[in-house]
Amino acid sequence: MHTFFASFSFMADHFGLLADRTADHLKLSAAAVAVALVLALPLGVWLGHRGKGSFLTVSISNIGRALPSLALIAIFLGLLGIGFVNVLTALVVMAVPPVLTHAYLSVEQVDPDLVRAGRGMGLTEWQILTRIELPLALPVLFTGIRIAAVYVISSATLAAVAGGGGLGDIILNQVSYGLSGVIAAALWVAILALAADALFGALRNRLTPRGVLAGRSG
Amino acid sequence: MSSALLAAAGPQPVIPDFGTVSSCVRDNGLFCVDWFTANFSSMFGPALVQHVRLTVIAVGVGFLIAFPLALLAHFRRRLVKPLGGLTSFLYTIPPMALFTLLVPVFGLSVLTAEIALVSYTLMVLFKSSLTGLGEVPEEVRRAGEGMGLTRREILWRIELPLALPAVISGLRVATVTTISVVEVAAFIIDQGLGSPIIQGLQSPFNTQFIGAGLLAVALALAADGLIVLVGRLLTPWARTRRTV
Repeated sequence: MHTFFASFSFMADHFGLLADRTADHLKLSAAAVAVALVLALPLGVWLGHRGKGSFLTVSISNIGRALPSLALIAIFLGLLGIGFVNVLTALVVMAVPPVLTHAYLSVEQVDPDLVRAGRGMGLTEWQILTRIELPLALPVLFTGIRIAAVYVISSATLAAVAGGGGLGDIILNQVSYGLSGVIAAALWVAILALAADALFGALRNRLTPRGVLAGRSG
Repeated sequence: MSSALLAAAGPQPVIPDFGTVSSCVRDNGLFCVDWFTANFSSMFGPALVQHVRLTVIAVGVGFLIAFPLALLAHFRRRLVKPLGGLTSFLYTIPPMALFTLLVPVFGLSVLTAEIALVSYTLMVLFKSSLTGLGEVPEEVRRAGEGMGLTRREILWRIELPLALPAVISGLRVATVTTISVVEVAAFIIDQGLGSPIIQGLQSPFNTQFIGAGLLAVALALAADGLIVLVGRLLTPWARTRRTV
């Protein structure tokens, strides 16, 4: 217990250091999630709209789950060496599967009758996508982004082994910061992940149309 | 960050001892098969066995905790939200942070690692078991009642068998996730496929990183396939059903 109290005084004494590493941590995580969104979101939504590619997305998500994050960073250590590019690549590879599969499933699971009704009303494909499918897809879509964000923040801790910086630098360097510093940084990472989870959950509820939310649970 | 300094200075990586050094090992090639096979019995093999053991214990204990909880929530619906919330909360905490936070309490021990590992399996196993039990159609349950089965018989003979596919898909996800997290456990205990990676950070040698990484990926894929196979054998009636 003493160690935990010591970690709070470490937070007070080294607030600047923790804030600095948190900023690095968030920058790295945000970059990885952003790249993953740019790559996977349009592809997933398009495949879902076409109703094709379920094999592709399911296998990507299975492989994605099977890739241990530390192993991935280690493999990229061999391929790309130490540094930001390695870590960013590894994190993007981890963030793509949940985003892609959820984007695909979210659009694909939209009631086909609704799409047909939209076609009957003379909506163009683009209008069907933006006015019918995407609003109905938002909850599942956001679940994917939420999982990716938490996953990336959590894995970014390991980025320190490949020179990626962030809060992992403190957690992995007990020699310099002592156990209380390690605990303090670990607490910050945990809080960061929980906060990101809550933030994306709230964002999902905010953006999803009322009627869509009412019919679902969880 | 001694490893970062080493790389910045561009020195020769320190090659772990190995009889006659091949040119691949000397030049720190991407993947030296000879070095990998020569070190398999001393380094990768034992790590692989430890990895499997840690995973099996974590998923087993996780299941023994999560499944009764799911049964409880199945009969007492108002427990669904609090139990689901608690397991999701545990799942959200980053592994590295949770391992580190448990160390002052339980020390650098296998127990610490297993506590963290088990807590990651709970969410998936709880949710999938609960979903499986809830997926049993109301008519089927009522047909059982009509046949004069008691509540206990309905559970054993109707609900549990029909919940099996969902439980198995939960076990798949939990096992694969655990294999991934065990890698991180090497930061607190010198076990599993993460330990060659962490040891390698002091003297970066590609084969050590890539070998341990690929073994973990292969293990995850093999475990996933094995559970699918066992699941098919256990649920012959579900062969036509789609399970994701």
